[in-house]
Amino acid sequence: MPPADILLTATGIIKNFGGLTALNGVSISVRRGEIFGLIGPNGAGKTTLFNVLTGIYAADAGELVFDGRPVDGSKPHLVAQHGIARTFQNIRLFGGMTALENVMVGRHVRTHTGVLGAVLRTRGAAIEERAITQRARELLDYCGLAARAGSLARDLPYGDQRRLEIARALATDPRLLALDEPAAGMNATETATLRKLLERILGDGITLLLIEHDMKLVMGLSHRVAVLDYGEKIAEGEPAAVQRDAKVITAYLGGALV
Amino acid sequence: MSASAPWRRVAWVVIALLLLAAPFLIEILFGRTWVRITDVALLFIMLALGLNIVVGFAGLLDLGYIAFFAVGAYCYALLASPQLGMHWPFLVLLPLGAMVAAVFGILLGAPTLRLRGDYLAIVTLGFGEIIRVLLNNLNRPVNITNGPQGITLIDPLQIGGFSLAQTHSFAGLTFTALHNYYFVFLACAVLSIIISRRLEDSRIGRAWVAIREDELAAASMGINTRNMKLLAFAMGATFGGVAGGLFASFQGFISPESFHLIDSIMVLCMVVLGGMGNVAGVVLGAVLLTVLPEALRYIGPLQQRWFGEVFIDPSDLRMLLFGLALVLMMLFRPSGIWPARRRKAEENHAAG
Amino acid sequence: MEIFAQQIVNGLVLGSIYALVALGYTMVYGILGLINFAHGDITMIGALVSLAIIQLLAAAGLPAPVILLLAGSGAVVVCATLGLSIERVAYRPLRRAPRLAPLITAIGVSILLQYSAALVWGKQYISLPQIIEPAQFTIFGAQLTSLQAAIFLLACLIMAGLLWFIKTSRMGRAMRATEQNPDVAGLMGVNTNSVIAFTFVLGSAIGAVAGLMVVLYYGLGHYFMGFMLGLKAFTAAVLGGIGNVGGAVLGGLLLGVIESLAAGYIGDLTGGVLGSNYRDIFAFLVLVLVLVLRPSGLLGHRGGDRV
Repeated sequence: MPPADILLTATGIIKNFGGLTALNGVSISVRRGEIFGLIGPNGAGKTTLFNVLTGIYAADAGELVFDGRPVDGSKPHLVAQHGIARTFQNIRLFGGMTALENVMVGRHVRTHTGVLGAVLRTRGAAIEERAITQRARELLDYCGLAARAGSLARDLPYGDQRRLEIARALATDPRLLALDEPAAGMNATETATLRKLLERILGDGITLLLIEHDMKLVMGLSHRVAVLDYGEKIAEGEPAAVQRDAKVITAYLGGALV
Repeated sequence: MSASAPWRRVAWVVIALLLLAAPFLIEILFGRTWVRITDVALLFIMLALGLNIVVGFAGLLDLGYIAFFAVGAYCYALLASPQLGMHWPFLVLLPLGAMVAAVFGILLGAPTLRLRGDYLAIVTLGFGEIIRVLLNNLNRPVNITNGPQGITLIDPLQIGGFSLAQTHSFAGLTFTALHNYYFVFLACAVLSIIISRRLEDSRIGRAWVAIREDELAAASMGINTRNMKLLAFAMGATFGGVAGGLFASFQGFISPESFHLIDSIMVLCMVVLGGMGNVAGVVLGAVLLTVLPEALRYIGPLQQRWFGEVFIDPSDLRMLLFGLALVLMMLFRPSGIWPARRRKAEENHAAG
Repeated sequence: MEIFAQQIVNGLVLGSIYALVALGYTMVYGILGLINFAHGDITMIGALVSLAIIQLLAAAGLPAPVILLLAGSGAVVVCATLGLSIERVAYRPLRRAPRLAPLITAIGVSILLQYSAALVWGKQYISLPQIIEPAQFTIFGAQLTSLQAAIFLLACLIMAGLLWFIKTSRMGRAMRATEQNPDVAGLMGVNTNSVIAFTFVLGSAIGAVAGLMVVLYYGLGHYFMGFMLGLKAFTAAVLGGIGNVGGAVLGGLLLGVIESLAAGYIGDLTGGVLGSNYRDIFAFLVLVLVLVLRPSGLLGHRGGDRV
């Protein structure tokens, strides 16, 4: 396939913690404009792979290429600058800030006002500040949180917190949005809303990388999935094909998959 | 909101007039000593606001903050006193002091800020003491700081031919040195408040608070946490440096004893008690903690009168109360007397 | 060469005291991830309590070994109780609070201890009554008093005992389990609250003995003595690898020797420009150097932030 179609490739990623091998030579490639699902039993290394991709862990071996450029995987803020944004499995919002402010923080990486601009309230700074606020409000609205703008993040209901994390990540203008179990703990209605939101994000041209335990959601939504087990990739392909894969079925103790 | 706007303006005008009349009113009501205390309170507002940037906004515990105050003070004192025979103008010295303090802040922060926050607390604690040891000992082999004797005859602030140390008459009012300095300090304190508020409501301020709330999430949103923390450190030091220069000129005399660990703790108390991260709360904390200990002074004579002897030295009592206050505040009201943000959040909520 | 040997011996004796105090920091840090700022001041309380007991009993004319034993026991009891109460009242309610809160509380406790001591004992230096006439002897060309030798040996004994206790006893195992993961240890039936309380008691008791040793070593006590001692002991703990009990021992001894050598030679090295009045700076320089070059310390291992 032409390389221009590939947004992110990870090749031979190895990550050890002490004596424990969390990732043992995992390779994946994510195509532009698709939803790529990452599944596997608990402790398979999904979140570790996420953390390597987003610069929180440095891989012991292997390489990452994003949009044709190698990614220095050891600095999260550079990864965000490259255009990869993420959410966290165990929601990590800025609890003492309002929903609006949380999203405004996401604009940090795409804006420039420095100390002088802020203190002197220069014209440029004021214009930029207005643009930040406006974009943040748009994104809250986009994620269905417009009414929550002034609430402290820590006071939001669970489902709203999950969507606020997505809004905050979108504020960094990502080309790849990595979601770590976005539907965890949601009820059926909330999951349905989330699904619509993800489809809308995809429709707006952002590629999605998704870790999810809700099989119905991930299989129904993903164009392709990769299955991790014990730190290794045991299958990759279209959901329907992966679901029939013998190794995958064994990993999930036969049949629990669907 | 719009209906209350004219009232707001009236309120601001009244506050401004009160602030302008304050030194004269205070002198009439409480005597000259309290004008001096008011001047000191204004200096502490600057200091507390500087530390608030570091502790309150960015969540970095700095236990040697007074060192930056010392750096600013010595910077001014050395270059505007007979000690080295130099008498530079304050318009050069105050920015210089701020810059030197900021450089110290960066030098100190760079090695420690990438580590867990508690290390920073210890290193700054040590740094505060080191600065004092150096100031005490840099009188040999070359006499730079004049050691424990300190530096005397420091130049007062002077604007053209107008010396702040002298008494002037204007519009029927007598402006003594205490009055003159009051207005300079007031201007600086107001400036500090404006700078703090503007920083807080900016991209920079939000990045600081994000780091305080969750450093890893902040980094994942593209914030260069190391640089932003260094910036907070340098900004805080800058406030301290300027306040130090003003202090040196105001006192005319400084010695290492003015920059003790206890003073760092006192500024920290102002920030913590007032409300970490809330500018108004910090100002309140600074005023309360300058005024209350002064009021405590009367406890010494009171004990003498009631019991015939002084059981508790007022300055010790002050420290005991500080320690107790820190513990109790953290246990029962960790966000301070005047907590940050929540108020704002509720306002926005009501509006939206 | 003789000066060198002398400084090494001095450094080891002093370092063994640092190591004892460092144990208190490192054990609490290992289990709670908290720098117990008040620990240096607990040691100070131990020093002043034992001084007070010595003054009292010396006036009564008891034999020196009895006096020292009673002084040590008194200090241990007071400090252990203090450590236990501080943990219960000031730290336990904040175990799940934001990280800055317990740190600030610890500073508050530290100030409270200092000024309570100033209230009880005053702010002047308190000197030790002459109760023992230590014998002088020479070892490897260095002068050593029997008192210094006794301090060093007792410190080593305590450290060895502690290491053995943590390795073999039931409580020691519970401590190690809590250090690894308090939540899991709790699920496995370890009463983490009592383990944490015990750690404070143990650390404070050892600190009390160290306090007595400082008093014997310098012949002085002071309400503010816990500050520098605490800073140095903390440096020792970081040098060895904070959270690591063996590291605290190594770090303490090493810091004592470094400080002693530096203070002994700085005058010669700088041609008399810098004197030993700078000795308190060395601990700080060591701390900064360790943090820059090897933040995990000599025996520590790197730990990542959990996501």
